[in-house]
Amino acid sequence: MGVRPLITALGLLVCWQLLVWATGAPPYILPGPLAVGRVLLARGDLLLEHALVTATEILLGILIGSLVGAASAILLTAWAPARRWLMPLLVVSQALPVFALAPLLVLWLGYGMASKIAMAVLIIYFPVTAAFFDGLRRTDPGWLELARVMNARPLAVLWRIRLPAALPALGSGLRVAASVAPIGAVVGEWVGSSAGLGYLMLHANARMQVDLVFAALFLLALMALALYFAVDRAARRLVPWQRETLPET
Amino acid sequence: MAHEPPPGISVSVPRLVFGGTLLFADLSCRFAAGAWTCLLGPSGVGKTTLLRLIAGLVEGGRVEADDGRPLAGRIALMAQQDLLLPWLNVLDNSLLGHRLRGEGAGGRAKRERRARELLARLGLGHRLSALPAELSGGMRQRVALARTLLEERPVVLMDEPFSALDAISRHRLQDMAAGLLDRHTVLLVTHSPLEALRLGHRILVMGGQPVTLREIAAPPGPPPRPLGDPALLALEAELLEELAASDARMEEAWASAP
Repeated sequence: MGVRPLITALGLLVCWQLLVWATGAPPYILPGPLAVGRVLLARGDLLLEHALVTATEILLGILIGSLVGAASAILLTAWAPARRWLMPLLVVSQALPVFALAPLLVLWLGYGMASKIAMAVLIIYFPVTAAFFDGLRRTDPGWLELARVMNARPLAVLWRIRLPAALPALGSGLRVAASVAPIGAVVGEWVGSSAGLGYLMLHANARMQVDLVFAALFLLALMALALYFAVDRAARRLVPWQRETLPET
Repeated sequence: MAHEPPPGISVSVPRLVFGGTLLFADLSCRFAAGAWTCLLGPSGVGKTTLLRLIAGLVEGGRVEADDGRPLAGRIALMAQQDLLLPWLNVLDNSLLGHRLRGEGAGGRAKRERRARELLARLGLGHRLSALPAELSGGMRQRVALARTLLEERPVVLMDEPFSALDAISRHRLQDMAAGLLDRHTVLLVTHSPLEALRLGHRILVMGGQPVTLREIAAPPGPPPRPLGDPALLALEAELLEELAASDARMEEAWASAP
């Protein structure tokens, strides 16, 4: 990562502003980046207040979803009946569009944070579970045979061989989780809420304050990016023995 | 290193098919207690399968220790790949078996001291906290040897453990293994006639389908035998010729198989 992506982004912003000037689009349809910047400064307090709500929902969603997902993957690995009884259910549950559940979640859990956290948890549960479980069942058979000749205890094999060997796969699952969790939280806010960036965007949109919509969108993107890079970094830390084989860009 | 006297092992296999090929039919063989038996033979003849059978990783035959006690828990295995865990350092990798059996903290200090001593003897004393990725192939295989030895099992099965190494590392590791596994019941699968002639008290050549075993007289003198020995070199040439012929026959058999 150098300055090059930044220059690209800057170029796009300039094109956007030029487009707005050239077409003379009214600010309630398409505000330019300058107008959005002004709103960001002028209504920073309001934006920050709602951003904090959304960030809390996303972070709690990731935390709970990852813990439950990782625990499920371990359970599926360690306990054959769980595999037989739960695995088909898990796969079928993916056929259900999670977004369609949002109204129900709001009905059950209310307008507060709980329904949004539940939404984020539901949306990241499967990618985390599937990725980690995949890693857990692909352990090098050579290691398992060695452990068998050593008369290893089954729990020790799970804990000391299967689990660490599956950490890179868990890392991939967590990266996916980091990129989809914000979607879950925002959709939850759209369906019914009294705070959060999604709520703010919906209301600003209805009042033709499109510049405020864009400002909220900008903050949301910033949060999602920060989250992704933080998780990516943590996932690399998790497996220091794994070397990257792509050249640095 | 083992405290109990090593048992001899007898194997009898009525019939074993692997990958669609009849490998063994009415095979029975005995491996002498406290001695190195080297198994030679062309690729695909069933050397590794025989070893895995004895290790209990393949079903289909009777494997017994001649002291009448079960073999499970008395075998250490050293495979062709080092099978080091990439997230454990050298010291922890060498003590893997003890960790996996959950042996309590009681003997930990003593075990660690023994591991340090052994690793130092194998020339790894300065790399105890290195991860496998930081080591050369020869060093990794030495860690695998240390892990095998620290199991302190009277029976040791080795499947071409030195074949991936450069000539110098191989020579040194053969000497170390021969010294440290003296008075163990060792089964060494190898592709190299020279290795078998240097290290074996007994040398068995596996050939044919199904397999028959033929014993070759080992050169005189205790292993590891010096490479310069003319008797050893003459035997190597002879063995190589024979294995090459046997290898060619195997390929013909495969080519003519339906």
